[in-house]
Amino acid sequence: MTRVHDMGGRFGDGAVVPEPENELFHADWHKRALAITLATGTLGKWNIDTSRHARESLSPQDYTRFSYYEKWMGGLATLLVDTGLVTRDELAGTAAPDPSPHADRALAADRVAAVLAKGGPADRPSDIAPVFKVGDRVTARPVPENVQVNGGHTRLPAYAAGATGRILRCHGSHVLPDSNAHGLGEAPEPLYAVAFPASELWAHPEHPKDEVIVDMWQSYLRPES
Amino acid sequence: MQPDKALAVTAMDKPGGVRHLCPMPHDHSHDDDPHALLPSDPALRVKALETLLTRKGLVDPAALDEIIDTYENRIGPRNGARVVAKAWTDPAFRAALLEDATPVVADLGYYGRQGEHMIAVENTDEVHNMVVCTLCSCYPWPLLGIPPGWYKSDAYRARAVREPRKVLADFGVTLPESTAVRVWDSTAEVRYLVIPQRPEGTEGMDEEALMALISRDSMIGTALAARP
Repeated sequence: MTRVHDMGGRFGDGAVVPEPENELFHADWHKRALAITLATGTLGKWNIDTSRHARESLSPQDYTRFSYYEKWMGGLATLLVDTGLVTRDELAGTAAPDPSPHADRALAADRVAAVLAKGGPADRPSDIAPVFKVGDRVTARPVPENVQVNGGHTRLPAYAAGATGRILRCHGSHVLPDSNAHGLGEAPEPLYAVAFPASELWAHPEHPKDEVIVDMWQSYLRPES
Repeated sequence: MQPDKALAVTAMDKPGGVRHLCPMPHDHSHDDDPHALLPSDPALRVKALETLLTRKGLVDPAALDEIIDTYENRIGPRNGARVVAKAWTDPAFRAALLEDATPVVADLGYYGRQGEHMIAVENTDEVHNMVVCTLCSCYPWPLLGIPPGWYKSDAYRARAVREPRKVLADFGVTLPESTAVRVWDSTAEVRYLVIPQRPEGTEGMDEEALMALISRDSMIGTALAARP
């Protein structure tokens, strides 16, 4: 069982509504929510996997009713409290905000361009050797859950769990989100693009030749079973 | 190395692991979630957060303005369109892009947050590529900017993998039966850029003119490049 964010293949969501290319934000507060999230991310108190997990851990009711940037704010509030950057009383407005000892790390306007341009690559050297090569047939783990942390973060989508496909590309070794989201280290391991026939994933595939490609870490995979 | 042995080796299995430091996920009940302490109106909630973080010295409002300006005015899908137009007109560039896109687009100045590991996938008569992130909203920001609302919608995230052709129909696109669809689910930090097919009747057009035919959606794979 996974969390509410894992919605690939879900039925009943209705039409996708295209939007013009210049329509970036639907409200001014969306812009502020985006910017606050990016700016606080540079304080170094959490990583991208932690922040994804915080959003995914919103209650299913909240995750479902929240618009996109409300999810971001919800996840950010959790991160701020969990890392001690902000207290619950400060959030609630029942205590006057104390100056933060981490204020010296706040992102300055003149550093924004450099920080955004620098990015945060996820590839790392690893002592775990790749065991698969392009063309190998592999089966994804049958249970789409974090095997280290109960209820923890994983990037194995439920629709691909237990499915058999073939290695399409080898991406090198990347940080393992299942570990990194929980302060257990980056634990880099080989990452692959795995091609699954639509007929392997769905009872009623649209077309016999269609495929879904999923990026999967080596520990998500076994030789075909 | 035996596959099973290698698979068993993860950081968690190593001696001296840090299991005891593991912060467990917090499954707050709805009322206990920190965001519930903030105003319920989302605009007021964001305002309250910004005010609090500013007073604590953790964000600089001028930096927020700068971030917004970057994605409103400087980093957007025209970057990707330039890459595609070059791929259409320069065979050596196209070959290098398909071989290893990250350094090639970085040479054009397109590198950074959410574009650290780029792969370009090319549409042909045989294969049509389409990109989604079913688990969140991963997207190649340095090349396409921030993702459109529909890309982040439940409908797209849920349906793109199961029924991509019906999703394409929502965009007015119908593919020939002979064309296979490949949907790329961005589950890692690898980001995908679709190189749409160059339309007929564009021979002799220069890079700038071609760029006008290359929409954001065509580089996600939910549209075709426009005809001149």
